[in-house]
Amino acid sequence: MHQATVVWTVFAKDVRVEWRNRETLALMCVFGLLLVFLFNFTLETTHEEALRTLPVVLWVTFAFVGILGFNRSFAAERENSCLEGMMLAPVDPGAIYLGKMLANFLFLAVAEVVVVIVASVWYNFSFVAALGWFVLIAFFGTLGYVAVGTIFGAIAANTRMREVMLPVLQFPVAVPIFIGAIEATGGALRGDAPGQFANWLKLLVAFSIVFVVLSYLLFEYVLEE
Amino acid sequence: MKKALSLNTHALVTLGWLFVALYMIFLYAPREETMGEVQRIFYIHVPSAITAFVAYFIVALGSVMYLAKRSPAWDEVAHSAAEVGFVFCSCVLVTGPLWAKPVWGIWWTWDMRLTSTFILWLLFVSYLMLRSYLVNPSRAATLSAVVGVVGAADVIFDYMSIRWFRTQHPQPVILGGPGSGLDPRMLATLLVSWGAFLCLFAFLLRLRVGLARAQRELGEIRRTFDMDLPEVQRGQ
Amino acid sequence: MPPAASRTDRALELRDVSKYFGEFAALRKLRFRVAPRDSVFVYGPNGAGKTTLLRMLASLALPTEGHVFFGEQDLHQDPTEGKSAIGFVSHATFLYGDLTGRENLRFAGRLFGLRELEKRIDAALEMFAVRDRADQPVRDLSRGLQQRMSLARAFLHDPDFLLLDEPFTGLDTVSAENLRALLARLPEQGKAVVFSTHDFDQGASIARRLLAMEKGFVRYDGPLASAPLEQLRIKPKGGPA
Repeated sequence: MHQATVVWTVFAKDVRVEWRNRETLALMCVFGLLLVFLFNFTLETTHEEALRTLPVVLWVTFAFVGILGFNRSFAAERENSCLEGMMLAPVDPGAIYLGKMLANFLFLAVAEVVVVIVASVWYNFSFVAALGWFVLIAFFGTLGYVAVGTIFGAIAANTRMREVMLPVLQFPVAVPIFIGAIEATGGALRGDAPGQFANWLKLLVAFSIVFVVLSYLLFEYVLEE
Repeated sequence: MKKALSLNTHALVTLGWLFVALYMIFLYAPREETMGEVQRIFYIHVPSAITAFVAYFIVALGSVMYLAKRSPAWDEVAHSAAEVGFVFCSCVLVTGPLWAKPVWGIWWTWDMRLTSTFILWLLFVSYLMLRSYLVNPSRAATLSAVVGVVGAADVIFDYMSIRWFRTQHPQPVILGGPGSGLDPRMLATLLVSWGAFLCLFAFLLRLRVGLARAQRELGEIRRTFDMDLPEVQRGQ
Repeated sequence: MPPAASRTDRALELRDVSKYFGEFAALRKLRFRVAPRDSVFVYGPNGAGKTTLLRMLASLALPTEGHVFFGEQDLHQDPTEGKSAIGFVSHATFLYGDLTGRENLRFAGRLFGLRELEKRIDAALEMFAVRDRADQPVRDLSRGLQQRMSLARAFLHDPDFLLLDEPFTGLDTVSAENLRALLARLPEQGKAVVFSTHDFDQGASIARRLLAMEKGFVRYDGPLASAPLEQLRIKPKGGPA
């Protein structure tokens, strides 16, 4: 029971810190806008091509924006060794992981909403028809990405080159998410029958479950000295 | 400790086996009809790839065992396998284009095997980079073991997603896979070469593990150098 | 904070603990036992292993060899009870700069699962005279005030063992004297205290027991009054210790 409180406490703390300074979210949203602008402007996409490029643009943007968030998430913890401060309390390291992970998920999701709205305007593309499927795909794609990003963020925070180290660790492992999410998003936006991209969605769900559980179990080792 | 095979014998066996493999690759195996001489790189390319995957399996095994037992020896196995595996994996990525260009007319294609090998290579790189940025050895061992385990779980997903992706996006029609209708002499050459590569891998791994162990023992000796401070007095 | 009548009778103990960072040995086969109501002054030159020793007792560092025990419980096998009984003040404050002192303490208190949290927070803030600064973001506080807030965080869950690594850092004369008096009183309140400071006289005025360390070894462990200071190359400034 106590561990559920810990998850919530850590999550609420991250949200409160973010609410105070609003730095991370602002950074993530601005960076996301810049990327979508660059893609949209330089590719000069027609409406037909938008169906092909939009999923790629969205997920590449989400990926980079996420990296920013994960790095910031652990920079705040490092400042006064706050992660160690948490470890002084009788808490399950996995609960700390889940709290941090949920906060990262929330921040990335908010940034994604902003990115999608802007992309919808610039690409002159309506997400309304496929909204349900798109939200479902984005949910699990983001969950899997954040699951890995949170544990790797904590690992990278220990290294000398933390900001650079994180994408090097994260991107190779996130390849199945990129492939799965881009394929599924493409299918959903084209209005394919759900059966045609259901496998990709299943892949995302399986990836999310496996890596949330695995990271939950391994986080203990990341925190010890 | 009794060794099944001394390092020197192992070196000689490896060398001999490699010569046999070379003989078979260039003189024994028949010339492939459509691809010509260049096809012989196949006997280096494929064994390297298999060896690289074996190496990553050992990285994963060493990582899991290190987290379970906390014995530095397992970490040394994982770290060494990553370094040696990285070399074999690089070999796959170099021989692949060398083979592809004359045969397919392109240096690179994102076919299933090349793609998954490339991701494996990235996993080796990120594992080794992480290690080089960590200072404290026991911390490096633990953190890289976590990365090794996560990476191993990821390889399965990589494989699945790439396979599905390729089946949805048909490749430009290229020659039938090298596995189809293999001449028995070709098969024999492949197997001998594969054995030689695994033998070489095991030899390099042993060398590297020995080096890591020597480094650790040297550190232990250095630690004991300034151990000459006597306890003055211990109260109750 | 309620004065506890029956405190724990369990000791915090290092059994042959070594901690290596590669070739560097921070602790070598250390045996050290902190009994309830003990008052130990850890003293030694830089790099002697004082910080590692305190981190080890606080369960933040994992021994390379040996074990840390809380009573008969291995602190790393089953840390729950041990962690609830330990308060730790380190070089780092463990505080989030963007949160206020009160929010930081509330966060820590929830992690410890404390009941009547607001009352405890007020008591802890009162103890270090930082209650009037508790609603400012910690980032805006001076180093000394942050240190006092960090002390309040360590005392929040009313631990039986207080471990303090250079707790006087950044404190002004008045706060340092208050802290000195507070630490000296802890054994009467049934709490054990283990601390380090570079000022030998300051430490000697608090503790009864001295743990002199050098190069990861214990050079002396016993009553402060009878410590062979000359042999240990310790020169108190003001008179006999």
